[in-house]
Amino acid sequence: MTNLELKKAANAIRKGIVTAVHAAQAGHPGGSLSAADIYTFLYYEEMNIDPDEPQKPGRDRFVLSKGHTAPGLYSTLSHRGFFPVAELTSLRQLGSFLQGHPCMRSIPGVDMSSGSLGQGVSAAVGMAMAAKLDGADYRVYTLVGDGELQEGQIWEAAMFAGHRCLDNLVVIVDNNGLQIDGAVDEVCTPYPIDDKFAAFNFHVINTSAHDFDAIRDAFREARLTKGKPTCIVAQSLKGKGVSFMEGQVAWHGVAPNNEQFAVAMADLEQIDSTL
Amino acid sequence: METLGSIERNIMSEQKKIATRESYGNALVELGAKHENLVVLDADLAAATKTGVFQKVYPERHINCGIAECNMTGIAAGLAACGKIPFISSFAMFAAGRNFEQIRNSIGYPQLNVKIGATHAGITVGEDGASHQCCEDIALMRTIPGMVVMSPADDIEAKAAMDAAVAHKGPVYLRFGRAPFPVINDRADYRFEIGKGEVLREGTDVTIVATGLLVGAALEAAILLADAGIAAEVINICTIKPLDIELLLASAQKTRLVVTAEEHTVIGGLGSAVCEALAETAVAPIYRIGIRDVFGESGSAAALIKKHRLDPQGVFEQVKEFYNINKG
Repeated sequence: MTNLELKKAANAIRKGIVTAVHAAQAGHPGGSLSAADIYTFLYYEEMNIDPDEPQKPGRDRFVLSKGHTAPGLYSTLSHRGFFPVAELTSLRQLGSFLQGHPCMRSIPGVDMSSGSLGQGVSAAVGMAMAAKLDGADYRVYTLVGDGELQEGQIWEAAMFAGHRCLDNLVVIVDNNGLQIDGAVDEVCTPYPIDDKFAAFNFHVINTSAHDFDAIRDAFREARLTKGKPTCIVAQSLKGKGVSFMEGQVAWHGVAPNNEQFAVAMADLEQIDSTL
Repeated sequence: METLGSIERNIMSEQKKIATRESYGNALVELGAKHENLVVLDADLAAATKTGVFQKVYPERHINCGIAECNMTGIAAGLAACGKIPFISSFAMFAAGRNFEQIRNSIGYPQLNVKIGATHAGITVGEDGASHQCCEDIALMRTIPGMVVMSPADDIEAKAAMDAAVAHKGPVYLRFGRAPFPVINDRADYRFEIGKGEVLREGTDVTIVATGLLVGAALEAAILLADAGIAAEVINICTIKPLDIELLLASAQKTRLVVTAEEHTVIGGLGSAVCEALAETAVAPIYRIGIRDVFGESGSAAALIKKHRLDPQGVFEQVKEFYNINKG
């Protein structure tokens, strides 16, 4: 896809995020919006997946370790054709398959249940190990938050992945700089993120989370990297695309009211009109 | 003195004792031959958990995760999501205790086909002391929806439980011990099924429901009780979840007095499970033999078992006391 097509897809995914969280009156818009371009590139360009066969054995896998940004994943999966976009408004409702955090048993396209921070990378490592054991060529991607790096299990998994030279594994850090209680470097700094992963024997790529040329280059470089897992540290803007949410920690886990929803959708329509 | 049946003869024979962690390692090797997708994960305890036996035969399918049990659990979840049958191994303290939330969220909730082989369960870890004596694992694992919890009584049952665990699709917790367990099920008519208990000895005065190491002690205690004029029925419950309520209820209705026995805290384990099951009918008073809400300490397994009254004499005395209070 061209960058323009990717941008249009990402904007549609952002509208889906805002719509879902507004309908649910709960959920996490900030980190969903910051990762929307990454989700878009993964599901429209990078990953070998088939919406008509979500369980295809040889498919690439994705683990959303920062599971609270499920609205981003769900919106992406629906726009990519795994289930109808109209279902997004059932997010978090009793009886809906769209659980508050990713559930692999109920949602087509979700490869791993997640939500308890710090656990997704381990599961992704297990999937990458399974591919190696089977001599299969599928790749495994996992998205973690920068605040999530405070979980110790992330580093257990990183140590193991580096030790086992899992070059079929890509860990993407959504580095939006904010967590629920404030700036990550004020709460308990994870920086330097790149040096830490490098010390755990990862190939590290610093990039922008919102520039499709840079994202494309990063994933290409990851694919070409042999003998090491790759960590892509993607510098992002929390709430990206919605004017009043951008860079605001308050929008980590709060739903917009009707007025705010209208403004948010107008912001995204405005972006559409420039594409 | 009564005539001994084959089970009692087995229990009284001193030479036949095998630690169930040995059974675990041996069973892994046998199952590894039958199931190419079986993989074994350990956290730097391969020699102690006996997964090292598997590692020797199938080095490519043995994954040592280093001293990082939570990561090991997550890796197993990922492996299972890609079609493997992973066994994760560590001491019960870490396998169930440290890992509880990882097991609950990364294995239990997504119903992944991971088997948890926990060795060194209970107080008989002995000399290592309270930090390593896990008497809470059954309680923890039992609360996870869909988790099968098994606590084999001897080598034969441990191997049967391993076969059943692999045949079962979904998470299974298996509890093994470090101390030698008397072999009691070495008999032609032995059958194993997940969720089925077994009456090992019939009696009419009191039902002793035991699991794991305490099954042997309960059988020996029953012989002592018989000499004291009390006919004890002994039930072996290997599968604590799902519990064989039907069998327990039938026995309780007959004897109207139940004692549970386990090498585990009396809070949340077999004793609690039996109380929960029988409370709805209130057919019998129930006494729980086990670790009575205290931490352990260093000492030999035998000394600790004696101190906590989990040896045959201790079980005998506690059952007799309870019998005298209620029926004496």
